Amino acid sequence: MKIAVASGKGGTGKTFLATNLFKVLADRGDNVILVDCDAEAPDAVLFFKSDVASVREVTHQVPLINKEACTFCDRCSKYCQYNAIFYVPSVKMIDVIENLCHSCGACFYACNSEAITEKNVTIGTVTTFRYSDNASIIEGRMKLFEMTPVKVIKEAVREAGSDGIIIFDAPPGTSCPFVQTVDAADYVILVTEPTPFGLSDLRQSVETLKVLRKKMGVVVNRADIGNRDVFKYLESEEIRLLAEIPYDGAVAHIYSEGKLAVDFNVELTEKLISVLKEIIE
Amino acid sequence: MELAIISGKGGTGKSSISAAFATIEDKVILADCDVDAANLYLLFNPVNEKEKVYIAGHKAVVDVSVCTGCGLCESYCRFGAIKINDGSVTISEVSCDGCFLCSHICPVKAIRMVRNDKSRMYSGSFRNGIMVYGRLAPGEENSGKLVNMVREEAKNASKANGIEIIILDGPPGIGCPVISTVTGADAIVIVTEPTLSGLSDLERVHPIAAKFSSSVGVIINKHDLNSHMASRIEEWCSSHGTPVIGRLPFDSSVTEAMVAGKSVIELYPGIEISKDLIEMWNKIKQL
Repeated sequence: MKIAVASGKGGTGKTFLATNLFKVLADRGDNVILVDCDAEAPDAVLFFKSDVASVREVTHQVPLINKEACTFCDRCSKYCQYNAIFYVPSVKMIDVIENLCHSCGACFYACNSEAITEKNVTIGTVTTFRYSDNASIIEGRMKLFEMTPVKVIKEAVREAGSDGIIIFDAPPGTSCPFVQTVDAADYVILVTEPTPFGLSDLRQSVETLKVLRKKMGVVVNRADIGNRDVFKYLESEEIRLLAEIPYDGAVAHIYSEGKLAVDFNVELTEKLISVLKEIIE
Repeated sequence: MELAIISGKGGTGKSSISAAFATIEDKVILADCDVDAANLYLLFNPVNEKEKVYIAGHKAVVDVSVCTGCGLCESYCRFGAIKINDGSVTISEVSCDGCFLCSHICPVKAIRMVRNDKSRMYSGSFRNGIMVYGRLAPGEENSGKLVNMVREEAKNASKANGIEIIILDGPPGIGCPVISTVTGADAIVIVTEPTLSGLSDLERVHPIAAKFSSSVGVIINKHDLNSHMASRIEEWCSSHGTPVIGRLPFDSSVTEAMVAGKSVIELYPGIEISKDLIEMWNKIKQL
């Protein structure tokens, strides 16, 4: 089963929840993989002592233009939807802006004079860490100055396969990287906080998940701050409230140290076990 | 002066801090560049005077009555968006990147490209000036182009109204929308928190900020959550030649203000955190 832990708003506790859920499952002997899909800012592995089992580079193909063969017909730059081919007709200048290329292959197809070949460029890595006999962590990490993490996320998701329980720690927002992550999941846990910003972003995530026809439930983190509007919203939309986690300075401190709250807090562990039970059954 | 506020890690307090800064001066231009999850308008209720449609790329749609099921498009699509089952084509909206290649190669012209036109840019006045913000329709590409549109409008509003200060509330992460937010900004402030994740994300986003501006500063929010980690972040900053503009305490007044639809400076101008924010703002203006 694949479970995504997501939220529109950043910093609501996605990584906190995903890492602790993973720890609970790993400790009780389940076959579990945690996939860090926040390839722009991956942090999940910081919480575990683990060994690197494998590193795979994620590459994509970008065009290479042979200026000797190029007739400067402009077809490739017209076909490119991403402004990745910089062409100045008056001075016969043509260049590829690799950072903007989406590797769709349209320019390669467009070229009538065999002036375009393609080369592989690394845009990130997928690293597998072994945590225990039954548990591992897969991290997608986009290279700095790359524009989009989408392909790295796809590769990290693929690396996880489909055996056992797989937990995706999703990137924030509700655009492409979020959709790529949640689309691969059987169930989505949305983490929110009961504040106006939290509610606004929750609403947006729920609407996206409805379009994707995903099963979902909500965990309200820092449940005792802000106001009650998030709870009213969940009731009116008939969305399952999986758990409320109150603000606890001690838990926040444990998290800040890069440690796992379930190792110190029995109450939280029990809460997470019941969330898992509900979702997996 | 154009100031960009970013963070790497989400939820460190960018928007609350931007809101506070926006209510110190008499008049500012406030641009919400977190087009994926725009929130600041909730505090400031701007009267939208301008609305522009943002075209967030295209999606391929197949006309099944024309399609012969030849499978050529499936073999060309590099995004795995096209599947042929028993001679009928389906195109996944989620996977389609809008590259147009399938529409070009289809021998019977059965594929049409449809514009994604649900995203918007708004601009209007609020109690402390003019606010510009974008709202990306869910699931659409988190392109920096909408951020560019927001910034362009913010600059126009700045010129037209003689308001010099532009505050850009940025998105989390380090990708395209972040790069679009910081490119050409006069100063960049990175908001972080004293957690291991906060430090790790600061390390990720700092090179991006440093490449685009020589004036980069760091704010450590909720520093009292873990003062040891806050010191580690300060050490990291000093070893990277980046000034720490200040530390802010954890204070529930900030959430209280958000619930009241105000910035913390508007709700409680006299409290410690508001004074800290004003002091930081004065330092940032010197960056």
